[in-house]
Amino acid sequence: MNVLLYLVPAALSLGLVGLAAFMWSLRSGQYDDLDGAAVRVLSDDDLVDAPGAAGRK
Amino acid sequence: MGAEVLVLPASPRRAPVASAAGGEGAQDYSLFLREDAGGAKEMAFAVEGVDCAACIDEIEDLSEALPGIVRARLNYTTHRLTVGWAAGAEARPGELINALARIGYRAYPFEADRLEEIDNATARHLLRCLAVAGFAAMNIMLLSVSVWSGNVSDITPETRDLFHWLSALIALPAAAYAGQPFFQSAYRAVRARALNMDVPITLGVGLALAVSLYETLHHAEHAYFDSAVMLLFFLLTGRYLDHAMRRRTRTEAGNLAALKALSANRVEPDGTLVTVPAAAIVPGDEVLVRAGERAPVDGLVLAGTAAVDESLITGETLPRRLIAGEAVHAGALVHDGTLRLRTTAVGEDTFLTEIERLLDKASTARGRYVRLADRVARLYAPMVHLTALLSLAGWLIAGASLHQAVLIAVAVLIITCPCALALAVPAVQVVAAGTLMRHGILLNAGDTFERLAEVDTVAFDKTGTLTLPEPAVANAEKVPAALLEIAARLALASTHPLARAVAAARPGLVPVASARETPGAGVEALIDGEVARLGSAAFCGCEDLVAAASPEASLVAVRHGPVRALIELRQVLRPDARAVIDALRAAGRRIVILSGDRAAAVAPVAAALEIEDWWAQARPADKIGVLESLSGQGHRVLMVGDGLNDAPSLASAHVSLSPITAADVTRAHADAVFLGERLAPVRIALDVAANARRLMRENLMIAVVYNLIAVPLAIAGQVTPLVAAVAMSGSSVIVTLNALRARSGGPARAKEAS
Repeated sequence: MNVLLYLVPAALSLGLVGLAAFMWSLRSGQYDDLDGAAVRVLSDDDLVDAPGAAGRK
Repeated sequence: MGAEVLVLPASPRRAPVASAAGGEGAQDYSLFLREDAGGAKEMAFAVEGVDCAACIDEIEDLSEALPGIVRARLNYTTHRLTVGWAAGAEARPGELINALARIGYRAYPFEADRLEEIDNATARHLLRCLAVAGFAAMNIMLLSVSVWSGNVSDITPETRDLFHWLSALIALPAAAYAGQPFFQSAYRAVRARALNMDVPITLGVGLALAVSLYETLHHAEHAYFDSAVMLLFFLLTGRYLDHAMRRRTRTEAGNLAALKALSANRVEPDGTLVTVPAAAIVPGDEVLVRAGERAPVDGLVLAGTAAVDESLITGETLPRRLIAGEAVHAGALVHDGTLRLRTTAVGEDTFLTEIERLLDKASTARGRYVRLADRVARLYAPMVHLTALLSLAGWLIAGASLHQAVLIAVAVLIITCPCALALAVPAVQVVAAGTLMRHGILLNAGDTFERLAEVDTVAFDKTGTLTLPEPAVANAEKVPAALLEIAARLALASTHPLARAVAAARPGLVPVASARETPGAGVEALIDGEVARLGSAAFCGCEDLVAAASPEASLVAVRHGPVRALIELRQVLRPDARAVIDALRAAGRRIVILSGDRAAAVAPVAAALEIEDWWAQARPADKIGVLESLSGQGHRVLMVGDGLNDAPSLASAHVSLSPITAADVTRAHADAVFLGERLAPVRIALDVAANARRLMRENLMIAVVYNLIAVPLAIAGQVTPLVAAVAMSGSSVIVTLNALRARSGGPARAKEAS
């Protein structure tokens, strides 16, 4: 049962990482505009701003 | 079937709109600007017309291109734009509003109210609690499943103890954090000497944790950490859903408030005019109100005379002529002329003292209504505690050890903990509220459904409720088509409220460029070489026609050379009023009209809708009297109204609805608000509510049946943590799935005219 000594802490810390990630996303406002996030993915203005994208034309 | 081409949603070409800022004259937005310590300014806008993905880019790019603006972020869910100016840069919100208006969006300065911020903070807190409970529940389950399977095979007592201690380590802090919403609510209830659903929840969770800890200390086979934390997780889900529904409504209401917020023309001490938000006016300020505008505040007329339409305040549709020295109330629409007012009351104080007094009285009466869930809780909580106590006593009498008896009593408490019960009502409410929102109905109160479902009598106000708020041309077929077109073109050049109605009769025309308005008389222009006039009968030389016209209608005369006609304007019924009234009557509901207007104006409407019970010239107190006598006869009345004079009766009726065009105070006191020109939402709301109540009852039945099966098992001492966990999540899932059926409530009329 020695395997438990590192498996259980590993499982718990993975869970904690997930919880921390959720708290971070909540704090950074990712849940403020759920409908907007769904449509913002369609806008591609990020391509124009990307360095080099204009030069390759 | 051919291949479909995926087209990215593109913004339709928009026509420029008249900006909310007006575009001329000085503007003062300092009320809405927030400044941080570094000197950077920020301001929020509610934006109208956001309906596609491309709108986001368009609005944000345009805003950021303006000088001084460093960031602009549009929230697509709430339709709000937040704009930040660079530190030290001068903020010019008016410029932004005008720029947005040019590409077809109306933006309104928006001030988030304190209540909404508290609401958002609560929602975040609930979500954090939910996350913690979810994390804890999953990890403890992981450990518990190992113990359960180990118990039937070869787990060593040491490993089991380790797992139990680990569970305790996760469960205790998690429950202490995630249980806060329930603990606080239970504490408040107990301190007020009342019982709500949170009292048994708190007791159940607390006892389960305490007993589990005790068992762990004594190396027992079972612990209840998983049940306690899972209970919290499910309960938090229900509570978050409930909260999210009400928050959504409040956001919409906040936007509407911004859209409808009035601006006022303040007369500065030096005589200049400055346009400011009505909220910036203080008593004593001088305000100018021009033809076609609504008075933004209560005030005394200092100078000027004008006819004002007070239908939003009293229900009376005939304009009243005001002279200097008379009082005017906020919401009065000035027909012609200009009034200079000294402000006597602003904002929340702007309604008649009588209405205020009646409102206070009516609202306290409403407070006596007890929600279905709370009614169940009042019965349920004592029953649960009694059952637990009885099984403890019973097992002690039957000769069990104190330890065994306590364990069984705790099992009873856990298994009866109202997991399904707590989800039964909120889950249905959330789904049904979503259905209503798709039909253009926004709820103000969470228990609206329960009260709506009990309605057997519907009382309508007339002006603005059964009829549309704006008058419309009633005799379009009698006026020559060419003449009506000329009238509509002339009307576009006028600010008179009746002119707007004439213009609406023939939409999409070009205004006459050279039109000249004579205040108090009408508009004049040269069309096709002949003089065309629109205005009073005397102005157009049509006095001889007046005798033949309908006596109740407002009259506008039009003349083009020798051709002349009288246009009759009157309040028209909402397009589907007849159908909705008939459907309500067919469903066995009694219909009455309560109007503040003259009997001569109410009678034709009542006749057209075949409504026998109607009251005219009813003052607010009279309306309440009628409602009280109806409820005295055992009727549950739904009041539908829009006027300021309806606010007290809306608050005193069993449940109330108001159209979005209603006066602010009235809208605030309605349980639900509906959008659009149709009356159908009244029927839809009643149908959806009836459906929702049926589902709530079904859900409560499911919870009861679950208890009937589970409680005897618990009393018999057969409930292991495994059984408790399965039974609890099973009943929650069934209840939630059943609630989803509320989506299909109401008639399938997705296309609402707006």
